[in-house]
Amino acid sequence: MSFEPVIGLEVHAQLLTRSKLFCACSAEFGAPPNSHTCPVCMAFPGVLPVTNRQAVEFAIRAGLATASRIAPTSRWARKNYFYPDLPKAYQISMYEAPICIGGAVRFVLDGEEKRVRLTRIHLEEDAGKNIHDAHADASLVDLNRAGVPLVEIVSEPDIRSPAEAAAYLRELRSILQYLEVCDGNMEEGSFRCDANISVRPVGSTTLGTRAEVKNMNSFRAVERALEHEIARQIELVSGGGQVVQETRLWDAEREQTRSMRSKEFAHDYRYFPEPDLPPLVVGEDWVEDVRRRLPELPAPRRARFEHDLGLPAYDAEVLTARRDVADYYEAALARHRNPKAISNWVMESVLRIVREQKLDERLRITAWPVAPENLAALVALIDEGTISGKIAKTVFEDMVASGKPPAAIVAERGLVQVTDRAAIDGAVERVLAAHPDKVAAYREGKDKLFGFFVGQVMKATDGKANPKQVNELLQKRLRE
Amino acid sequence: MKIDLTSLTLASAADRLRRREISAAELTEACLERIAETEPKLHAFLTVNVDEARRQAAAADERLRHGEPASTLDGIPLALKDVFVTRGVRTTAASRILEGFVPPYDGTAVARLRRAGAVFVGKTNCDEFAMGSSTENSAFGPSHNPWDLERVPGGSSGGSAVAVAASQCLGALGTDTGGSIRLPASFCGIVGLKPTYGRVSRYGIVAYASSLDQVGPFAHDVRDAAILLEAIAGHDPMDSTSAPTPVPRYQSALGGDIGRIRLGVPREYFQEGMQPDVDSCVREAIAALESLGATVETISLPHAAYAIATYYLIATAEASSNLARYDGIRYGRRATSAKSLIDTYRRSREEGFGTEVKRRIMLGTYALSAGYYEAYYGKAQKVRTLIRRDFEQAFERCDLLVAPTAPTTAFRLGEKLGDPLTMYLSDVLTISVNLAGLPGVSIPCGVDANGLPIGLQLIGRPFGEETLLRVAYAYEQSTDWHGRRPGPIPVGEGPAAREAAR
Amino acid sequence: MKITVEDVRHVAALARLDLSAAEEENLVAELGAILGYVEALAQLDTEGVPPTAHVFDVGPAFRDDEVRNGPEVDALLENAPDRWQGFFRVPKIIE
Repeated sequence: MSFEPVIGLEVHAQLLTRSKLFCACSAEFGAPPNSHTCPVCMAFPGVLPVTNRQAVEFAIRAGLATASRIAPTSRWARKNYFYPDLPKAYQISMYEAPICIGGAVRFVLDGEEKRVRLTRIHLEEDAGKNIHDAHADASLVDLNRAGVPLVEIVSEPDIRSPAEAAAYLRELRSILQYLEVCDGNMEEGSFRCDANISVRPVGSTTLGTRAEVKNMNSFRAVERALEHEIARQIELVSGGGQVVQETRLWDAEREQTRSMRSKEFAHDYRYFPEPDLPPLVVGEDWVEDVRRRLPELPAPRRARFEHDLGLPAYDAEVLTARRDVADYYEAALARHRNPKAISNWVMESVLRIVREQKLDERLRITAWPVAPENLAALVALIDEGTISGKIAKTVFEDMVASGKPPAAIVAERGLVQVTDRAAIDGAVERVLAAHPDKVAAYREGKDKLFGFFVGQVMKATDGKANPKQVNELLQKRLRE
Repeated sequence: MKIDLTSLTLASAADRLRRREISAAELTEACLERIAETEPKLHAFLTVNVDEARRQAAAADERLRHGEPASTLDGIPLALKDVFVTRGVRTTAASRILEGFVPPYDGTAVARLRRAGAVFVGKTNCDEFAMGSSTENSAFGPSHNPWDLERVPGGSSGGSAVAVAASQCLGALGTDTGGSIRLPASFCGIVGLKPTYGRVSRYGIVAYASSLDQVGPFAHDVRDAAILLEAIAGHDPMDSTSAPTPVPRYQSALGGDIGRIRLGVPREYFQEGMQPDVDSCVREAIAALESLGATVETISLPHAAYAIATYYLIATAEASSNLARYDGIRYGRRATSAKSLIDTYRRSREEGFGTEVKRRIMLGTYALSAGYYEAYYGKAQKVRTLIRRDFEQAFERCDLLVAPTAPTTAFRLGEKLGDPLTMYLSDVLTISVNLAGLPGVSIPCGVDANGLPIGLQLIGRPFGEETLLRVAYAYEQSTDWHGRRPGPIPVGEGPAAREAAR
Repeated sequence: MKITVEDVRHVAALARLDLSAAEEENLVAELGAILGYVEALAQLDTEGVPPTAHVFDVGPAFRDDEVRNGPEVDALLENAPDRWQGFFRVPKIIE
């Protein structure tokens, strides 16, 4: 009997608001412990929550981008449980009436179009952080993160493989980045994923018992964790056993999922409507306003790059994976219309420098090594024949180091390509005259020496001779 | 003859302060003296802010000297129930779990009074976390009714009611979740007003039941209550449930003719079990209102019998959640014996909470728990809608409802502690008003055979405080129950003596 | 309404209350009585009646997305029974 996995994913994405969801503390990452706090987010006596309008707007954006239905009225609910990183001992979330319902995420996997439906999207506040390993018998609590806004995005169990899961997550993250509602940093925890997995015989339409898997901190970890869990469940079920409905943690070191030590009791969250917050009313005007201001999303942009710009699928994929890169590309393209050349330079050179110099801050490139207009100008110089492709690489490195525009560098360093036939011909003549034995050897059949002659001519012209012309003139002379 | 400054109404004291006939310092000093004299027997206060009050009075005098009072309340000594978070002043909610808690922030109502120049003489005793009807659930001992020291002042805002009734200050704030302002006002013979839900900000009051709690004033007469309400009412951006409705000049509503007012008397509020002289006293008061021009008709609130059950499911459910934050981690009491995390929670809360609080947390947790939500909390929310509709229907024919505030006058200390349900029934006449979010006021309308005060309750439409106060004022002015003060309190050590902290 | 001591223990655990045996016993009786009292609600027909989560519609309440510093954080943190280098310290959390 062969089995198929049935996977649903829950993503918690931290929203890029300046302040927290229910108070005016900064939502920024990385401050000293308990410095971004106030009576409200620390749950002191007498405090009350007040909703950050921008967080709601971000949730609306996310809903529209996934073609979800924006609920005209949604309701806040209290989810009650005790944990030191949850100061109120309840999380303000949404339960029966979330802000977005339905929707889907489409993506391409191995050339195939996939569509994973969403169940819902809702807003909730994040908890603080517990640190367990600083002390032997104590844990430390930092509430800076308590109250930071999250959207929880729940998919239907439409995913059928670990690869699909990773592809879904990549697309979803990309969408959220495009919307500028989340920076999608899994390692830092601003984009978290939990999975619900079950297995069933291929062809069956009922769902098996599912287990929840948590603690996957990268896309790779998601794939590996799912692979292992699927294998575990299949082995279990094939052997006549039963999958237990439980939560399992991915242990990246040991490469296995472990059951969480059984809690004293299953969580009874005692959800009830949050009395301190009125129902969240989102009028059509607001929704339309957000819709109007939506940016072009990754999938349509990818399609445009392929169809309108004629870029190969691979290029379109890489360039549109992130909005900042796509924006950069199009800014350069606007100055000089050579889609493929600019694409090559962005992918091979610009992004390489970004990686090398770690210019990627929280998945947003903070300082481009080369301004897009300068990159465009560089490609233009090549296309005009002013410099060769090879020289251009040197110019590029100089642009990165100095920040100067290419024309200035070419002028200062005298890198203009030599295209004067007479001059090149002269150099060719001199080179051939200097190596008569090699010329004779070549004429006798040692074809490889051609490269040597090219090298010598380039040396004689400080690398500036137009390679095409060098080739042409050398061949002409050598045939004489 | 030197007048007893503590016997002035707030309005007349304010008048004299403005005219520089008296100083804020004198007035505050008189109150502090009165407190020192009477506290051993009354135990109205948990904290008396002697130094702070004197500083505030001095500052008020500065402003008054320059003819620039911050408001009518400038220099007026007031007391605050100890569920009001006060910057720099210990705030306990009458619970051991908040011992040592000194907030570095003010709640909104407190901040507004502070800006108005009021002098805070201290924090008053109450039932722990505002849960109770007699102030006997305080972790620090009960307060005593100044009309009879063997009796309760009512609760949960008992201390504030005592402080005003016994002339320890000129006005006070309390909170009312199921009757906790109106009941003590009735038992202590003063005016106690619970505004419409959302009229006054809840930011900065230790939450008991979020959908029911409201802040309101205690005062000697309706005018004083109106002055206090004006100072604290109004939208607060820190409270998402506070109403944007503008705040009228409530004082202007006083003195108006009540000739066209239609009063409704809910028949369910005059059931058997009521103390006979309460019944007859209230009926006399209704007759007095009639003679002032109001029309009276009997109406029905068909779901009145379900109000207590509804209240105790909703209030305790919300409370169980609101009190979960008291875990000894960020503030308050932590059990030092606890070795594990779970023990820290369990022992801190066990040691810190009193019996009634634990009882209500248990009941509320149960009402929300898996498998029981629909039958208990869910059901109660629906019955709450039925109760609201009862009032909506009544208000189609009436402008105000009138009833007693409580079925009895003040009972003896210890009398109702045997069975929680018996105590819960004291709230039967006030509780529906909170469920419907309506404004309600208790005003003194007589005394029983033992000389114990009886309260008349008026209930208004949402945001109908003007009408409420107008009618209350008209009744009050036609009698002289207001302004009556209890007899002298014996000086010296009393069974309730506790250290009044500075 | 019959409540057992097991029920009381379960609820006490949910509420993180460490009840003594005597308290448990009392609560069995008291909760039983109170729940018996509230069972009367079951008699009422509430078919089609919406629950009241908020008594009045006070309209939307939003905040602008601006950072504002509240009262001195230090003064707030002073209230904590156990702190270490800015963190709150609690007995070890065992997963």
